[in-house]
Amino acid sequence: MTTVLTDAAAALRAEFSKIFTVRMWWVLLIVLAGYVGFTAGILALVFGGVGGALAGGGNAPQIPDAALPAIIYSIASSVGYVFPVLFGALATTAEFRHQTLTPTFLATPRRGLVLGAKFAVLAVVGAGYGLVALATSVGIGSSILAATGHDTGLGETDTWWLLARIVLAMAIWAVIGVGLGALIPSQVAAIVIVLAFTQFLEPILRLVATFWDWTASIGQYLPGAASDALVGSSIFTSLGMATGQTQSLDWWAGGLVLLAYAIVAGVFGYFTSWRRDVT
Amino acid sequence: MSTSTTIEITGLGKSFGPVRAVDDLTFSVRPGQVTGFLGPNGAGKTTTLRMLLGLVRPTEGTATFGGTEYRNLKDPLATVGTALEASSFHPGRSARNHLRVYARAAGIGMKRVDAVLAQVGIAAFADRRVGGYSLGMRQRLGLAFALLGDPGVLVLDEPVNGLDPEGIKWIRSFLGQLAAEGRTVLVSSHLLSEVQQSVDRVIIISHGSLVYEGGLAELESGPRVLADSPDRAALESALLAAGAEVETTAGGLAVLGLTREQVGSVALSAGAALSLLATENSGIEQAFLELVGEGGSL
Ligand SMILES: Nc1ncnc2c1ncn2[C@@H]1O[C@H](COP(=O)(O)OP(=O)(O)OP(=O)(O)O)[C@@H](O)[C@H]1O
Ligand SMILES: [Mg+2]
Repeated sequence: MTTVLTDAAAALRAEFSKIFTVRMWWVLLIVLAGYVGFTAGILALVFGGVGGALAGGGNAPQIPDAALPAIIYSIASSVGYVFPVLFGALATTAEFRHQTLTPTFLATPRRGLVLGAKFAVLAVVGAGYGLVALATSVGIGSSILAATGHDTGLGETDTWWLLARIVLAMAIWAVIGVGLGALIPSQVAAIVIVLAFTQFLEPILRLVATFWDWTASIGQYLPGAASDALVGSSIFTSLGMATGQTQSLDWWAGGLVLLAYAIVAGVFGYFTSWRRDVT
Repeated sequence: MSTSTTIEITGLGKSFGPVRAVDDLTFSVRPGQVTGFLGPNGAGKTTTLRMLLGLVRPTEGTATFGGTEYRNLKDPLATVGTALEASSFHPGRSARNHLRVYARAAGIGMKRVDAVLAQVGIAAFADRRVGGYSLGMRQRLGLAFALLGDPGVLVLDEPVNGLDPEGIKWIRSFLGQLAAEGRTVLVSSHLLSEVQQSVDRVIIISHGSLVYEGGLAELESGPRVLADSPDRAALESALLAAGAEVETTAGGLAVLGLTREQVGSVALSAGAALSLLATENSGIEQAFLELVGEGGSL
């Protein structure tokens, strides 16, 4: 028992140091922070009145003032979620690409333990990504809201629960990345699939799903939709409400669906590529 | 150093689909010696070593360290040190950090990392990213990884590849020293000449099967003496009369069974002036090539 625990602790330490001894983690983090901060800032300006006044008021989509802070803050996950999933996939496929599975499995022959440690470590890193993304979306968003005379929502506990769920969503997305990386060991293929699905395919599927009732009930199980359900607010769902049918899971169900994606990808990845011969 | 163990390979076989990479291989490697693991390209050396290390699943048979499979070793890196042929480094990570990652995974102290970096002579470049390393520096880093746990068994796949003459000399004496300390050292190579001077024992495989296991001396059919004379026919009949085995080659007569001095005196008493008298040392190489099929097996 104790050896299992010390082995697990050693595997976790090793996986952590793998992440922080290569530049990738902060490169992606800086891009995430910039992208989320910029988007949140633009959104706060557009909906927060300055832009509304410029556009003449009538044409801007209508979003109730009370929902505004949540929509702007949740840019951290609704737009930023692609970064933790990409990072998880890159960290995992790098092991195949650079053949570092060889020294890894030599040091830790129990391969399941290595994959489990990667899951745990990437969850922590994903949560860290979430915190940094929130620092910019909340930092910039709330400043603009306050400056334009809106409520920042930061006085309410509900807002802080929202922020906590955003961190959780980002953590699960990073773990999904690990599962995908184990399932699709080719780094290039994994990157293409992550980007094509999150940036192109899923938004279209979610839009199409709003056309009918029965598709909407399926659409809520798409990973992005489940993530938005977990967070409880998103620019996409807010706009969707105005245009068609949407259904959304409860926040906890959304979280479980998202986690299920991670686990299914990880388990399939383990039984296909992770256990294979390392030649 | 932890206690050294014997490597035991029994009935080991591996098929990659239709390719029979290793076939019914049985041999053992003892402590206190450097054992050469030889075979031409594609003979199945790397595959055998990877099966031994739990990286490739054998189709049949077992490979153990004193009866324990690699994946069941309690402290794998402290028991077996491994440097495999392929460079398994993240190019963006420094050598020091590379070793630290696996030291952490194996519960080895960080001081040991600095020690092995110095031992293999790359301490000065240890904080450079491995992507910029030369082949020889990578080989040394691979060796540093193998030494990390101060293991009693060393398994090295083509460690001489890419080393400069200085490095080759260094690794030869280093391996000898490790074996003298009582460790089990298994070194693969596709060139006999590469390990000839440093191994005590050889295991030779070809097409995945064992063709020879034993000492280098037994492998050799005895040194040959090359001799020639303007009167080659007279020299040949004198040598044959003296009981030697004589073969006519392009450069003269290849003589088996007599020393150089004996050939000289035979020539003198036969009155055949010598134009060439030399000992030929390629006896082992010749035997090796004959075992694995001349000109390689590809
Ligand atoms: N992953 C794999 N899939 C298919 N065939 C493989 C694989 N790995 C090795 N082989 C085949 O198995 C045989 C033995 O290869 P191996 O790499 O073990 O030879 P080797 O003795 O190490 O050769 P070299 O001296 O070139 O390193 C070869 O025919 C090779 O093509
Ligand atoms: Mg090889």
